[in-house]
Amino acid sequence: MLKFIVRRLMQLVLVVFVLSILLFAWLRALPGGVVSAMLGERATPQSRAALTEALGLNDPIPVQYLHFLQRAVQGDFGVSTGVQTGRPALEIFLERFPATIELSVVALVLAISLAIPLGYLSARRSGGVIDNASILGSLVGVAVPVFFLAFLLKYWFAVELGWLPVSGRQSIGNATSVTGFFVLDGILTREWDAVWDSFKHLILPGIALASIPFAMIFRITRASVLDVLDEDFVRTAQAKGLSHRVVRGRHVMRNALLPVVTAVGLQMGLLLSGAVLTETVFNFGGVGSALEEAFRERDYPVLQIIVLVAAIAYVLVNLLVDILYALIDPRVRP
Amino acid sequence: MTSSDNGPRRGPGARRKQRIDDLAASGTTTATVDEAGAIDEGAGVSLIASAWHRLRRNPIFLLGLGITVVFVVLATISPLLAPHDPAEWILKDQISQQTNPVPDPQPGHPLGGDPKGRDLLSRLLIGSRQTLMVGVLATLGGLTGGVLLGTIAGAFGGWVDSVVMRVVDVMLSIPSLLLAMSIAVIAAEPSQWTVIIAVGAVQVPIFARLLRGSMLAERSKDHVLAARALGVRRRAIVLRHMLPNSLGPVIVQSTLVLATAIIDAAALSFLGLGNPDDSQPEWGQMLGQAQQYIYDNPHLAFYPAACIIVVALGFTLMGESLREALDPKSRR
Repeated sequence: MLKFIVRRLMQLVLVVFVLSILLFAWLRALPGGVVSAMLGERATPQSRAALTEALGLNDPIPVQYLHFLQRAVQGDFGVSTGVQTGRPALEIFLERFPATIELSVVALVLAISLAIPLGYLSARRSGGVIDNASILGSLVGVAVPVFFLAFLLKYWFAVELGWLPVSGRQSIGNATSVTGFFVLDGILTREWDAVWDSFKHLILPGIALASIPFAMIFRITRASVLDVLDEDFVRTAQAKGLSHRVVRGRHVMRNALLPVVTAVGLQMGLLLSGAVLTETVFNFGGVGSALEEAFRERDYPVLQIIVLVAAIAYVLVNLLVDILYALIDPRVRP
Repeated sequence: MTSSDNGPRRGPGARRKQRIDDLAASGTTTATVDEAGAIDEGAGVSLIASAWHRLRRNPIFLLGLGITVVFVVLATISPLLAPHDPAEWILKDQISQQTNPVPDPQPGHPLGGDPKGRDLLSRLLIGSRQTLMVGVLATLGGLTGGVLLGTIAGAFGGWVDSVVMRVVDVMLSIPSLLLAMSIAVIAAEPSQWTVIIAVGAVQVPIFARLLRGSMLAERSKDHVLAARALGVRRRAIVLRHMLPNSLGPVIVQSTLVLATAIIDAAALSFLGLGNPDDSQPEWGQMLGQAQQYIYDNPHLAFYPAACIIVVALGFTLMGESLREALDPKSRR
């Protein structure tokens, strides 16, 4: 097991290494180069030359790459050239990060808690009304662009009905920030109004974002339960007269959930893509909105750190999923 | 993106029986292909024929096929159908006279106009062409790249496989929209082509992985071993025996990818990374541009969104039932 984890961590290092080369190449491929990006097209030749020198762009490329790597390891990803010009990109990232995590967790919990029971029910009564309705629902869910769903929810529940807030993470200035996770902050400081307020802001974007993992988790659960229900050991368990609950919990679900665990891991990347779009619609102030802003402003240092961290997080989550998988299913343990 | 199937869509009672029948049928078809594959590739037809036999009676597939056919026909003949030029500012006068910047529906303009006074119906109709083009070209691009990488990895194996697959891993480790955005942002001038390239590039690792998987499975099959024992050259083995037999899942995947490609392209347009030139309308672009009018004129967003959803649904339904019919493992 330890050997397996070590090997996977080595792979992670490799992936991050290749990614850093790609990012470096990406920065160099920018139209007009970094200098233009930072100074704008109309900068004087003197200031351009000064910045070129300061950034070390006159050095040979391998040397530049090493400098880039050295700085990145120390957490120096340059300063923003966008809305908040001059602020370290890392700082901007860290400020936005909790919002996205909060949103993703809400979406994932929502999706899992709905999709797995529904997937089970659907497989149990396959061909029935619930089954066909859920299948169709999940297919429609795949076809509806997440930003449009976000849009519909916002239009109906926030604009037309006024039940929930239109945008943002909380109503203005009503909470003390401790961790940056607003719901958690409210609980820590016992400001229950703030907890409720932050939670209300999470509902609509959370539902919109949940639509992506929901469809996938539902379908995989359903297919996997169908597979397991057909196995001999389930029939044996039933024949032995074990209670329905025991068969479902110990025999069916335990085995059926294995592929689901992997699928949830694979959803992480999609979740971040979805978060970019959802946060943009709800002006949510997370990494997603930061990313969209950075793209609009061509704020490359901020873009770079987000891409890098997103990729590392994605690889890490998948590593975690594989470890979890090996723990649940001894057969795949290397 | 995909790792499982959708299960049955037949009646409840007939399911088990059908499943057994299917399983039996799948056994014979795959066996035919395996045995005959070494002799001639024509045997693949039997698999397709048997799949078609099943698909013909599958209402989900027929619905998907219907939507797709209507969409393709519409895109082809849309210039004949569109009542007006999509770029012509016909209703311009009305914009200044009204407090609402969007012209209402009126005789000759059943859906009204867009904020620039252009006929909305014509734009929707003509928009189908660009949407189809983006989807098909991006998917073809992704398919070509993925098949190339997957073939190289699957054919050579060993360290070549490792290297190619690590590259694919890195591509997969960047969330797809992020990758597409990065590619779109490198281009100095956003255009329809940046969208196509960005959306296509995102699909490359998926196709590569899929093809490599089935190629590796193919390597140890009897017909390949037989060909190798007979001294057939490696290139011929790869191109004539392994590749044709591994393409099935990839082809099916491309139907599904078409749907994602259209949605991804719309997402890029939504984020402002699409084609800024709106004389050639595209649904994603129309949807993106409608955002700022959502409060007073939600219909501007709803029409193109509905079109995208229906088309994406069509491809998805078709792809899912195709996969179910062609892949014996996922069929039940």
